[in-house]
Amino acid sequence: MPEHAPKFDAIADHAVLVGFADTISEEAHAQVVALDQALADNPPKGFVEAVPALVNLLVSFDVMATDHAAVIAHLKSLLDALEVNSVSGRAREVLVCYDAELGPDLDAIASATGLSVDAVINAHLSGDYRVLMYGFAPGYAYLSGVADEIQVPRKTKPVRDVPAGSVIIAGPQCLVTTLTMPTGWSIIGQSPTRILTGDPDAPFLFDVGDQVTFRRIDRAAFERMKDETVHA
Amino acid sequence: MPDAKFSVSFAGPLVTLQDAGRPGNMRYGVAASGPMDRLAFDAAHAALGNSVAGTAIEVSLGGVILNCTSGAVTLAVTGGDFVVEHGGQKRGSWTVLTVSEGDRLTIRAGRAGSWAYLAFAGDLLAQSWLGSHATHAPAGFGGGAVLSGRSIEVKNAALREDRLGDIPQPEFTPDGPIRVVTGPQDRYFAEGAVDRFLSAPYAVTDAFDRMGMRLDGPELDLKAALSIPSEPIARGSVQVSGDGVPTVLLSDHQTTGGYPKIATVISCDTDRLAQLRAKDKLRFAAVSSEQAVATCRTYLENKQAYLDHIAIARGTLEQRLMRENLISGWSEEDMSAAT
Repeated sequence: MPEHAPKFDAIADHAVLVGFADTISEEAHAQVVALDQALADNPPKGFVEAVPALVNLLVSFDVMATDHAAVIAHLKSLLDALEVNSVSGRAREVLVCYDAELGPDLDAIASATGLSVDAVINAHLSGDYRVLMYGFAPGYAYLSGVADEIQVPRKTKPVRDVPAGSVIIAGPQCLVTTLTMPTGWSIIGQSPTRILTGDPDAPFLFDVGDQVTFRRIDRAAFERMKDETVHA
Repeated sequence: MPDAKFSVSFAGPLVTLQDAGRPGNMRYGVAASGPMDRLAFDAAHAALGNSVAGTAIEVSLGGVILNCTSGAVTLAVTGGDFVVEHGGQKRGSWTVLTVSEGDRLTIRAGRAGSWAYLAFAGDLLAQSWLGSHATHAPAGFGGGAVLSGRSIEVKNAALREDRLGDIPQPEFTPDGPIRVVTGPQDRYFAEGAVDRFLSAPYAVTDAFDRMGMRLDGPELDLKAALSIPSEPIARGSVQVSGDGVPTVLLSDHQTTGGYPKIATVISCDTDRLAQLRAKDKLRFAAVSSEQAVATCRTYLENKQAYLDHIAIARGTLEQRLMRENLISGWSEEDMSAAT
């Protein structure tokens, strides 16, 4: 059983929100991931889906099959037996090209932090990343673990038409985009690794809780792999 | 069976292909999408006798004009109070008709409603994503937008003459305030904000698309400038941005977000909510989660009975007359003896 008693909120007629904390912490997220895993292994009657986030987990159900009280009872029984530390996500690797043209904000981060561009890149590569949650748009996986020395705030004004595959950072978080969209985050490179894999059996590269490392590739490799991915 | 083909001579914005949706992917940032008005969508398929509620066209207020370039197919239009023009006749939505090569079909906004559904007695060809044709409009994934100049193809196009005519409109749908269960972050709001939300009239604004509906009304103040960790979002969540303005999140909603949510609209009230238009007034009323479950179960039972009712082929005029005569001439003993 977790240290703090989790909170259960009824959401309309079709879901329960399980909250572990009001503020972000690794402990709360580890509890979210552990309960999410336990639910996948042992779903309640009428279970539709679960959505893990930073400090809480949404559990949706079929109102014709069950109700909030039954789902909460099931969640409590899972929580009683929950072993939070036993859960560890899979290791995933994301390739990234930090070419100046593909990472137009590297210079700005270097001057904001007093580091060289190479030091910014190395700091990014050294991060210990974990998938916290998805949100905003399909495949937008928020990763924690950006090294302290390159944590920069969001820009005051978003940049338009940032291409899919951009590696972007803001504060402690990093994200590989899947759509061409505006962003206020800093663009530090581009990746040929697809988060939306196109594989019907495993359409998303990450699950929440996975550990992620970035590996540097040069521009030639990026161009080659980008084409390979496109034609795959 | 033959195919029917259409060219899209005009399509307004937000006209998309939708099937029942793709639940199960919210954990990957993917809302279920699917129809904004699920009852009208299901009714269009039921009225055609389609055994599966497959892919249909969701028509926005912008409307759509289709020209049938080959073949023929029976189709149904449901949802709101749109205008349907075909063969020199003008009628309302909630109708079944057959369109043949050379015909033009126009569906445009009428007196009420924001979304109409055009379903076919056949299989509408569409791009699939994650096993569904539903369009996730912000991403463009799935079946996608219906665009002027493009074509539409219906495989296995059937003619169902016994289904032509008006579709009885649902009579079990509630009116009155939109019902919500308060929370989960109502504790973050200033004193009186929840009461104000539940008592004041709100109006729908122009900021209304498949992602959500921004409202105009009394501001809902937060206790302090809070930084709330991003939390999962459900369809129907009423989130309040920093300026105190509530937005109801709908079919293509973001799956997580950091704005506090004051309440969630219960699932059986999202269809009629989505059919409102800019400037329409609405009120919210709180129900307990137990009431929400009971209300939605009754609604779903009534909905199924309604769909079963409209799924019965009306028959040709001749058949209808014969059926009336037979049934009125039969006693209960005759019925049990015959079965």
